Amino acid sequence: MVQKDSYITEGSPYGIYKLRVEGLNLYYGTKQALKDISIKIAPNTVTAFIGPSGCGKSTFLRCFNRMNDLIENVTITGSVMVDDIDIYKNMIDVYQYRKKIGMVFQKPNPFPKSIFENVAFGLRINGESSKSVLQGIVESALRQAALWEEVKDNLNKSALTLSGGQQQRLCIARAIAVKPSVLLMDEPASSLDPISTAKIEELIYQLKDQFTIVIVTHNMQQAARVSDKTAFFYLGELIEFDKTDKIFTNPSKEATQNYITGRFG
Amino acid sequence: MNRKHLISPKSQDKLFKIFAALCTGLVLLTLLVLLIDIGIKGIQRINWSFFTNLPSRHPEESGIYTALAGMVGLLFFTVIIALPIGILSGIYLQEYGKRNKLAKFIEINISNLAGVPSVIYGILGLQLFVRTAGFGNSILSGALTLALLIMPVIIVSTREAIKAVPDSLREASFGLGATKWQTVRRVVLPASFGGILTGIILSTSRAIGETAPLIVVGALAYVPFVPEGPMDQYTSLPIQIFNWTSRPQQGFVVNAAAGIIVLLLFTFILNGTAIYLRNRWYKKTAI
Amino acid sequence: MNRIRIRSEKVIEWIMILCSLVSVLTTIGIILVLSVDAFKFFKEVPFVDFLTDTQWTPLFEDKHFGIMPLLSGTLLTTTIAILLAVPVGITIAVFLNEYASKKFTSVVKPLLEVLAAVPTVVYGFFALQFVTPLLQKVIPGLAGFNALSPGIVMGIMIIPYITSLSEDALRAVPKSLREAAYGLGANRFQTAFKVIVPAANSGIVVSVILAISRALGETMIVAIAAGQQPRLTFNPLESVETITTYIVQVSMGDVPQDSLEYRTIFAAGITLFAFTFLLNNISFWMRKKYQHRYE
Repeated sequence: MVQKDSYITEGSPYGIYKLRVEGLNLYYGTKQALKDISIKIAPNTVTAFIGPSGCGKSTFLRCFNRMNDLIENVTITGSVMVDDIDIYKNMIDVYQYRKKIGMVFQKPNPFPKSIFENVAFGLRINGESSKSVLQGIVESALRQAALWEEVKDNLNKSALTLSGGQQQRLCIARAIAVKPSVLLMDEPASSLDPISTAKIEELIYQLKDQFTIVIVTHNMQQAARVSDKTAFFYLGELIEFDKTDKIFTNPSKEATQNYITGRFG
Repeated sequence: MNRKHLISPKSQDKLFKIFAALCTGLVLLTLLVLLIDIGIKGIQRINWSFFTNLPSRHPEESGIYTALAGMVGLLFFTVIIALPIGILSGIYLQEYGKRNKLAKFIEINISNLAGVPSVIYGILGLQLFVRTAGFGNSILSGALTLALLIMPVIIVSTREAIKAVPDSLREASFGLGATKWQTVRRVVLPASFGGILTGIILSTSRAIGETAPLIVVGALAYVPFVPEGPMDQYTSLPIQIFNWTSRPQQGFVVNAAAGIIVLLLFTFILNGTAIYLRNRWYKKTAI
Repeated sequence: MNRIRIRSEKVIEWIMILCSLVSVLTTIGIILVLSVDAFKFFKEVPFVDFLTDTQWTPLFEDKHFGIMPLLSGTLLTTTIAILLAVPVGITIAVFLNEYASKKFTSVVKPLLEVLAAVPTVVYGFFALQFVTPLLQKVIPGLAGFNALSPGIVMGIMIIPYITSLSEDALRAVPKSLREAAYGLGANRFQTAFKVIVPAANSGIVVSVILAISRALGETMIVAIAAGQQPRLTFNPLESVETITTYIVQVSMGDVPQDSLEYRTIFAAGITLFAFTFLLNNISFWMRKKYQHRYE
């Protein structure tokens, strides 16, 4: 299904794909939530996962950082390769591994700590305690998240005093402060107003240079605006995965066509 | 980077897990040791005469007949007094006065009362019921004191139970033209019955074990007769246990342990029933 | 018909208000009863003496009315109980909430409830007849009545209390914070102690405050196992008397009503009440303030 790919960045040390999933099945107890999913995602691209709610797109996103481990009774078969390493089969340290994969959640979830401590959290749990190192990284992460100018004078204020849109950008800063190579975003703008949403989308576009971004969204316009490629999920299956332009103008599958034209979902 | 930790995060995690499991285990072990220790010390004394004998100076002839009778009488009057008042104020606070200042003030009061040491209730009962009202060292004084003591428990659990009744039921009842009280009596109370009953049983279990306030309001340790009315003097099982515990002779220690076995049986049966009811009731309402 | 209905509705509402007022009257009653006789007490015993005298011997020939020995006994047993119960109670709460499987938790929690349901007179017996003899084997100089044994047993009694309240606080922390921490690569320990516990700290502090208040007011364990000798000491191996024990001791004796000796229990009682009242109000205020933090 994936043809010649023009999005591949030169010089990636790990093959040509950053993320590669083969034959992935996921069960909650006996109920199968994801069915035989295979997908390949190139580095430094933005991939959007779309589909009606309950189609498994969020569940699938959480396979990439093994977040589903936190739920009891989940079984997963098949392989998820990140940088050509199978994250479910090899004896990897899941906590160390998660540091390489940043995640931004549906609702902004800053810790009830100061703005500074939120961004510094990932570094602190790695044992980094040098004030100057922390300050440097916090500043650059906040700059990358386009939040620095708004908060630079109030770094010690509680993160809970920020607006929803600012909180979400803070969460992005917190995620990228640990320098992951992949950024997973689970409907990052769904609880935000249009202006904040626009800011987040612009940010995603800029962050593409440094990260491989996978974003789950229920907003098709958003998918069309920010992503290079789009995957359409339906009832736990990956129906179609192609360049975003193609998915939205000329999809190959009828189900995709029906969804993007609003016939269900 | 990991070297910056004094102990690596991985071993921190492991060490804490071991420590925490140990803590949990030790606490549960204490419970087990307590039960076994009391069982070993007291079981030899558990026989029919222990239940039917009056207290005596000779430990092996001493029984808990009057203490049990006193306890049952005491609990009966306590519940009779505390129940209507507790449930009605629970209903008022949850259904009627949700927003007004009076209800808020009462709420602060109840939360405060729940934290007042039980021995202080004893002093209140001593001055109010024993002396001022002139009820003396009677079952009535003890029951009134215990009723005030368990009232906050009944109020809080009534409120919790009522809170769990979905608003849609109330709306349905109001929609049919029912008044507020009709809605409460015919819809809300039946729907929250299980929860309220659980609260009542738990508060009774609390009242069974209370010792200190009863000592203060003058439950006597030596009562050689069975109380026949609310104005009679009385003793209660925990008082009897306390009395035996503080005697030097080994025979009374055995008696105390045997009394504890009986007291614990009562407590556990009540609590078990409450937990059972709670689970059943939750299952029913968790739709 | 309708008017009767409306009137009976009003009558019922008033009955309910009266019932609710019983709890207000109880509070007023407690404060009034304690202060009236405490006031009479302080007319005869100077307040300064009450606070500074280092002896408490109202029942002896040579009468002294210094509350300090009773207070030190109360604080000593409470401190021992809290030192044991707070770390263990919170540890178990974190363990049940973050580490243990659902199955394990569903077994342990009812058992902890059993522990909480055991009457205090039973714990007193256990302290005197089991824990003290056990400790005497380890600590040779330990007196038969001492502060250590009832302190420890009181701590065990309070553990389920702290665990249950702290666990509620931990559970109230939104799942999203836990996910954020895991997403950043934090392990269970780091998630628990760097995110969840700090986020739940007000609830945990409330549980500790309530536990202290509970330990201060606990009566039977100390009355049975700590002894009845008011002594200004912080040595846990010695026998001490707490405020609560003193109240029980006087109640059991034959002290004439309206005597100074009788009023001592009100002076002691109001001291205890002041402490617990303060702690309860702090905890109530904290709970109100932080209750809606995550809603």
